[in-house]
Amino acid sequence: MTNPIADFGKARTLLVTGSNTSENHPIIAHHMRRAIRRGTKLLLLEPRDIPLAGLATVWLRHRPGTDVAVLNAMMNVIVSEDLHDHQYIQERTEGFEEFRRVIEQYSPQRAQEISGVSADDIVLAARIYASERPSSIAYAMGITQHVTGTDNVKSLANLAMLCGNVGVEGGGVNPLRGQNNVQGACDMGALPNVFSGYQQVADLAARQKMSQAWGVPFESLPDKPGLTITEILDGAESGQVKALYIMGENPMLSDPDSGHVEKALGHLDFLVVQDIFLTETARLADVVLPAAAYAEREGTYTNTERRVQLSRQAVPPPGQARPDWQIISELARRLDHGWNYSSAEEIFTELAVVTPQYRGITYERLRQGEQLCWPCPTPGHPGTPILHVGRFARGLGKFHAIEYLPPAELPDKKYPLLLTTGRVLQHFHTGTMTRKAAGLEALAPRPFIEVNPADARRLGISGSAPVRVISRRGQIELEARIDERVDCGVVFIPFHYFEAAANRLTNTALDPVAKIPEFKVCAVRLERAG
Amino acid sequence: MSTIKLFIDGKEVEVERGTTILKAAGQAGVRIPTLCHHPDLEPYGGCRLCIVKVEGMRGMPPSCITEVAEGMKVTTEDDEILAARRTVLRLLLADHTYDCLRCRANLDCELQKLTEELGVREHGLIPVLRESTIDESNPLFVRDMNRCVRCARCIRTCQEIIGLGAIDFLGRGHAVEVGPFANQPIAESICESCGECVVHCPTGALSFREQPPRPDRKETVICPYCGTGCSIELHVRRDRVVAASGDRHSEVNRGLLCLKGRFGSFPYLHDPERLTRPLVRKRGELVECDWDEALDLVAQKFRQHRGEAFAAFSSAKVANEDNYLMQKFSREVQGSNSVDHCARL
Ligand code: SF4
Ligand code: SF4
Ligand code: SF4
Ligand code: FES
Repeated sequence: MTNPIADFGKARTLLVTGSNTSENHPIIAHHMRRAIRRGTKLLLLEPRDIPLAGLATVWLRHRPGTDVAVLNAMMNVIVSEDLHDHQYIQERTEGFEEFRRVIEQYSPQRAQEISGVSADDIVLAARIYASERPSSIAYAMGITQHVTGTDNVKSLANLAMLCGNVGVEGGGVNPLRGQNNVQGACDMGALPNVFSGYQQVADLAARQKMSQAWGVPFESLPDKPGLTITEILDGAESGQVKALYIMGENPMLSDPDSGHVEKALGHLDFLVVQDIFLTETARLADVVLPAAAYAEREGTYTNTERRVQLSRQAVPPPGQARPDWQIISELARRLDHGWNYSSAEEIFTELAVVTPQYRGITYERLRQGEQLCWPCPTPGHPGTPILHVGRFARGLGKFHAIEYLPPAELPDKKYPLLLTTGRVLQHFHTGTMTRKAAGLEALAPRPFIEVNPADARRLGISGSAPVRVISRRGQIELEARIDERVDCGVVFIPFHYFEAAANRLTNTALDPVAKIPEFKVCAVRLERAG
Repeated sequence: MSTIKLFIDGKEVEVERGTTILKAAGQAGVRIPTLCHHPDLEPYGGCRLCIVKVEGMRGMPPSCITEVAEGMKVTTEDDEILAARRTVLRLLLADHTYDCLRCRANLDCELQKLTEELGVREHGLIPVLRESTIDESNPLFVRDMNRCVRCARCIRTCQEIIGLGAIDFLGRGHAVEVGPFANQPIAESICESCGECVVHCPTGALSFREQPPRPDRKETVICPYCGTGCSIELHVRRDRVVAASGDRHSEVNRGLLCLKGRFGSFPYLHDPERLTRPLVRKRGELVECDWDEALDLVAQKFRQHRGEAFAAFSSAKVANEDNYLMQKFSREVQGSNSVDHCARL
């Protein structure tokens, strides 16, 4: 996030898109709803009738995957009505003219044809966003899990810059991260192209710096960016990748097209899975290593607003389970690297030295209750809750000229419905943790598919009937829930349930830049089962 | 911030302008009994237990909603005030299911404590039989409206803090009770099962189904679920986590939790299906082994597959330290940049 969570309470307009905030980030939704009660306007760009829809001043209910068309049209309105922030654009951004030529092609009428949202609502939303400032944008996986995910995010950034909403209190472009340490995993360099702190592996100086800090010969660090998760799985299938070390992930449930995942993992010469449960993925491993859970060891986590927080050890790990960092260190020692870390704190001290954004953070400061959002470059630095104040990190903010592209797989005669996937309030991700809590499981025990009443009538499906859902990649059976939360022609399945894993159906088509699979949209058909 | 002076039970105190008599008394070390008041919530003034006398003012104003004024002379208790408080309490008890031994809130109930403090054991009135809703639709908490004292703390919590307004007063007169729209079962309402109303209820009208034993200690952790990063206090007894509550010191959640954090952050820790020993595949089966055997085997295999033949999935669920070491391991030890995690997913 460019801004802290508390800033949602300072915005006069909130644009929420691709986020079912009250179910996926409930405490953030509290901040939003309290603001709305005080008069903040909510603009919602969202295909499903989520709980926040009832509070929206304007609800743009678009067809899944048509975000860019709607956003471009909003910006078209803002520029043609001269509501944009001339001074901000002049002083702080570049690329405006080229961008302007593209959005001029997107009249509200054209966007209405593409997205199904009324042109009047687009105009209204555009006026509110541009005039009731500061305006804050919040988005989540509904924006990124598309082949056009990167385009969607850039379009949101365009909109925010157009109205001078970046680098101000109560504004910003704010991704709501789905898991507790997505931000930290990225910051720490668990990515194929960067070391911690987003220092490029291809950059000579970065490799020199790391090799010195780690005490290894400079040539031993590879300079070519590695493979992403989806490419690793393809590499396993083609035989390029032979050994895979999986820590705390369950790709059998969380990755698209699980049939393909299983096949890929089967091709490996050696699979190690390190986890707290014998997950669907661990069952396929050659070696399974038992890890300590979060409450069984000390460690830091970085939340969606870049706040680095210390989590204490509450209880000992069960049996012989060990903290992940200890297991990795043991392996390194056996492979002739003298790693002798004695605590998580010692590792943090090392990573703070080589990670510029974390340099000023220590366990000691966190223990004293200091609340630190990175960048925190020096020991006394108070942290940086708001990014891009006065100046963008890269200098000038860049407008991107973005054309609308349809999703990779659209409904057709054979697969006439659009499937989108997501979460429910009671469960988390692949359900391995939440489904062990009896109360939560009792509230949401069964997988289901939401079907619009009109579609249900046409297909002869009635309430809670078992149905079969079929895509080009696989099929699952589950209970139908007839509900207007989804629009006509659209169906929704939560992805927490192994007994009806939604990702047997989803598409592996990737966003070309971010390499995020298109979970949110694929084509399916429905049949009555049983 | 300007301050004013006033007298509480004859003692001079200096407080901020705009505070209530109740808060001023608290600063002077004088405790006034309250019931509907809660420091997390806006002043309300519903129950009249906190009444006081103010020189020159008629009647007995509730101290929780009455602002202080310069030179004000407040009496927080005398025979008349005490008698009035006892009457208020008797009326509350007259239509309350008064069988504390069978109540989940027994020994942890503000109403019970008030009866003790004010010496009201029997209400001495004709009991009013209530047949109010008992709603057991939610697997996490129970609503027994026969034990409700209509303080509206739950309603105000859901409105002011959660911003949702899932519940309100329904019906009239004696039949008034709290419930979701049209008194449907709470599990079918817009309620998000966060449990904050239960935390803020002074009686056993709202209670969690799970009744954990008293913890030996509390430890502060970060919620293992979404990216909000709420701070949780885990209640630990004999090295087992028995409950979770929100950490009031956190700027992120200020004591609040959602249902995943409150109810889902610890049961899985002690699940019998947790992995407790390393496993290796022998003749097709995963069998238990000791750490040395497992690690030696992994090291031997990893030695054979370095560079592009090696890849690692790190994780958005584990700590920064683990992620840092995983990418360092992949790059430094295995010579591979193919390390990724499922942030994208
Ligand atoms: S349910 Fe509890 S908090 Fe709500 S009004 Fe009744 S006693 Fe007060
Ligand atoms: S559990 Fe939470 S959402 Fe439900 S009524 Fe209580 S405060 Fe409101
Ligand atoms: S308590 Fe709820 S909102 Fe807070 S981090 Fe956990 S899952 Fe997210
Ligand atoms: S506590 Fe003041 S009126 Fe209830």
